[in-house]
Amino acid sequence: MTIATTTTPLPVAAKPVPLAKRDSRTEPRLVRGLIIGFALTFLTVFVVLPLVLVFAQAFSKGVRFYLTSLADPEALAAIWLTLVTAVISVGLNLIFGVAAAWAIAKFEFRGKTFLVTLIDLPFSVSPVISGLVFVLLFGAQGFVGPWLMAHGIHILFAVPAIVLATTFVTFPFVARELIPLMQEQGSQEEEAAISLGARGWQTFVKVTLPNIKWGLLYGVLLCNARAMGEFGAVSVVSGHIRGETNTMPLLVEILYNEYQLVASFAIASLLALLALVTLIAKTILESQIEEGRPHSDD
Amino acid sequence: MTIEVRNIIKRFGGFTALDNVDLRVETGELLALLGPSGSGKTTLLRIIAGLDWPDAGSVSFDGEDALARGAGERHVGFVFQHYALFRHMSVFENVAFGLRVQPRAIRKSEAQIKARVKDLLDLVQLDWLADRYPSQLSGGQRQRIALARALAIEPRILLLDEPFGALDAKVRKELRKWLRTLHEEIHVTSIFVTHDQEEALEVANRVVVMDKGKIEQIGSPGDVYEEPATAFVHGFIGESIVLPVEIRDGRVRLGDRELNLDSRDARPGPSKLFIRRHDLAVGPSGAGALEGAVKHVRAFGPTQRADILLSAVGEGTLIEIDAPRDRDLKPGDIVSLQPRRYRIFAEGA
Repeated sequence: MTIATTTTPLPVAAKPVPLAKRDSRTEPRLVRGLIIGFALTFLTVFVVLPLVLVFAQAFSKGVRFYLTSLADPEALAAIWLTLVTAVISVGLNLIFGVAAAWAIAKFEFRGKTFLVTLIDLPFSVSPVISGLVFVLLFGAQGFVGPWLMAHGIHILFAVPAIVLATTFVTFPFVARELIPLMQEQGSQEEEAAISLGARGWQTFVKVTLPNIKWGLLYGVLLCNARAMGEFGAVSVVSGHIRGETNTMPLLVEILYNEYQLVASFAIASLLALLALVTLIAKTILESQIEEGRPHSDD
Repeated sequence: MTIEVRNIIKRFGGFTALDNVDLRVETGELLALLGPSGSGKTTLLRIIAGLDWPDAGSVSFDGEDALARGAGERHVGFVFQHYALFRHMSVFENVAFGLRVQPRAIRKSEAQIKARVKDLLDLVQLDWLADRYPSQLSGGQRQRIALARALAIEPRILLLDEPFGALDAKVRKELRKWLRTLHEEIHVTSIFVTHDQEEALEVANRVVVMDKGKIEQIGSPGDVYEEPATAFVHGFIGESIVLPVEIRDGRVRLGDRELNLDSRDARPGPSKLFIRRHDLAVGPSGAGALEGAVKHVRAFGPTQRADILLSAVGEGTLIEIDAPRDRDLKPGDIVSLQPRRYRIFAEGA
């Protein structure tokens, strides 16, 4: 196809049929154009346009107003809470995720299939339900709620519940990314390291971790994106205390409902920016993971 | 370093991988564990290395209990079937790994590590690959790097799991010769696992033939080939013709025909007659123990190969024999076959 269209045609007597037309594997130009055009239109209307609108709205009253909106104490508190929540829940899921993936990929034990299913649970449950679970657990009428209240420990409608709900919802990301990768890599390299005298920790740091690092980063990236963007579960457990238990997504909704459109979109633009950064990082990581896969002749 | 394995039993779920195995390996030996897949040979190797643990039995190195030590403390070099090179490390770092993970107190200096790795890469003749990564190496090169890495820790025992299994035929032949030369040079007690009889017979000083978790025979390559101890060994090593016979009153019977063969004190009852393909003398009809019609003749190399339909065995059994080129054989000829050497094993032995 490229030969026929891009190089200067050789002087030939009869007008040659372009290769592309004779190649039955490619569609006629018109069909191709239609399909590509349709896909592009769809993408523009449903993805690009909303994204552009977010930024357009955010800056509709100028950069100064945009910055003022972000510097509002309530906004700063929400940004801070979102960051803290993300750091803690990503950190926890990093540890849990590696441990779970390690157990599933490298050992045989009873109930393994059940554990794999359990890891997927947060994906299959509606985030609202995930939040409600914690309300039922820690609420005033809940399982351990009264006991906690009697001891002056605040979990529900406070930061701990937000962290717990976020951790729950984002649990599968790291584990799900690592399990197939570790299963594919097997445990021979670890066995080799051990037989060469490496202790458990050395084996993990020098052999296992380098082999899974790109997959791990990928899982962390997705986990982080979801942790910062989580709305449903956090909304249920947060209590919406202004300046205290509002994360960025919650604040976006509150401001929007109060007709503070520009302020609302200013915060939303930060989340959109996070999405874009995530997307780019994800693309880079995917190519790195591909390189780390075992070669077919191994 | 001698290795003594006693009464080892290993089960995986309901499958018995090793069933009461005893084995003694002498210092400086190059021993082959030979058997079909599922015979337990790799499991035995992994137990000696400390990568698997037996359900019962003992393993000792020079009389010292090896099971009391973990894999890392046994000073065993292990070469994995698929090499298991550390894919994110250069060849140099792969070989240096065992030296770098040593406890700080006995760890060598960087200069010493460098010198040692260089020596090892020289030994496997791949010093020019030090900066490459495993994915950039050929199969044979990976195999040699895996060996250099295992040797880096100055192992008292070298264990190799199907060392040539994943290589193509030509490289495999070269590496075999090379491994034997290397063993003569470093002389460390070595065991390798293989399912390839040619490999075992050509490389090892002693061959252990295994089947279904049991040791069938231990002997020199000559012994296991010439004097197979069991029907399994005869059938597994070398190519054999196997005929179902019956021993009755000290006579060997094939179908309704009595063969002119000495039963050699074989127990009465259904048995199997084993003959090597080249151990059958072809003669004119009526001159030998077996009779048959020539069906096909294929001549190549120093011998010719003929398919012969034996009479007297029910519907007739087709066997393949090797005969000298000068022996004139044509399809349709009726010939006699006289075993020069043969063995009889009772059914189920």
